[in-house]
Amino acid sequence: MAFDYDKYIRPGKLPHIWCPGCGHGIVMKGLIRAMDSLNLKKEDTCIVSGIGCASRLPGYIDCCTLHTAHGRAAAFATGVKMAKPEMNVILCGGDGDGTAIGGNHFIHACRRNINMTYIIMNNYIYGMTGGQFSPCTPTGAKASTTPYGNPDPGFDIAKLAIGAGATFVARGTAYHAAQIDKLIAEAIQHKGFSVVEILDDCPTTYGRRNKYRSVIDMMNRLKEVAVPVKAAEKMTAEQLEGKVLTGVLHKVEKPEYTEEYAKVIQRAQAAK
Amino acid sequence: MEKKLPTIEIVEKYCKGCHICVEFCPTKVLEMKGFVVAVKNLEACIKCMQCELRCPDFAIKVTP
Repeated sequence: MAFDYDKYIRPGKLPHIWCPGCGHGIVMKGLIRAMDSLNLKKEDTCIVSGIGCASRLPGYIDCCTLHTAHGRAAAFATGVKMAKPEMNVILCGGDGDGTAIGGNHFIHACRRNINMTYIIMNNYIYGMTGGQFSPCTPTGAKASTTPYGNPDPGFDIAKLAIGAGATFVARGTAYHAAQIDKLIAEAIQHKGFSVVEILDDCPTTYGRRNKYRSVIDMMNRLKEVAVPVKAAEKMTAEQLEGKVLTGVLHKVEKPEYTEEYAKVIQRAQAAK
Repeated sequence: MEKKLPTIEIVEKYCKGCHICVEFCPTKVLEMKGFVVAVKNLEACIKCMQCELRCPDFAIKVTP
């Protein structure tokens, strides 16, 4: 049966602003399916975002939403979660928003292990501002500010999140559309800070500068580089060269921040 | 027994003509008509729902 996306979309908001072939729409569909599979109530769910193409996502979804300052989604979301710990808080944003401008907020939210889900749509570039290179742009790739190739190595967002202390880290791609909702649903159910990185395509500002002739070329590249975690266990280091692992990469249990903070409040009140 | 055909609804107002549905349809049911997608060969549809799943623009609804 066809999935009814309309019940989760704000009336009159479509068509969205994303370019033809942009994977953000595919991720948004995945998020809506995940919300539906978990029966999240609109009034108990808050989607928080910063600035950028990917951060336009909350504007289209009919639930509590917050569109904040550039890179500060994690800071505002922490406030929402501390004020209402029972709320399901979901953050979304791009790679530039999450790891450059909001890099500090991102790693400290990971460190705190506060119960939120961060969906990072990694399209390797700053799309909305005109195609400047981001911390995730691969070495040698061209952007409007690196016309002769990017000299910097790119961030691995999943490893960054694991290193900073996130307790659930998963990665999917816009090509593997059917997997996105399962990863997001598992991340929302996980108690603690969960990061879902979705590799995405930006045909307008990344693709045409880097010899991808069409959206389909970009989608096929995602298909080629992605290797599921279980398949990677049987592969050699040479075979994994240039590949990206997908699936649930890291899952551990640690004390959750809002619960720990509630204990601090109890201790402070007992000491009076 | 006659095969029950699905209905493929295309919201032309939302379609941006990115070709994703046309390329990923395994039986080539869809085609581009100008800047928007159109149904070419409904009989070939195997109801795999790939077009609906992959459309970034919420423009295709398949009812099997």
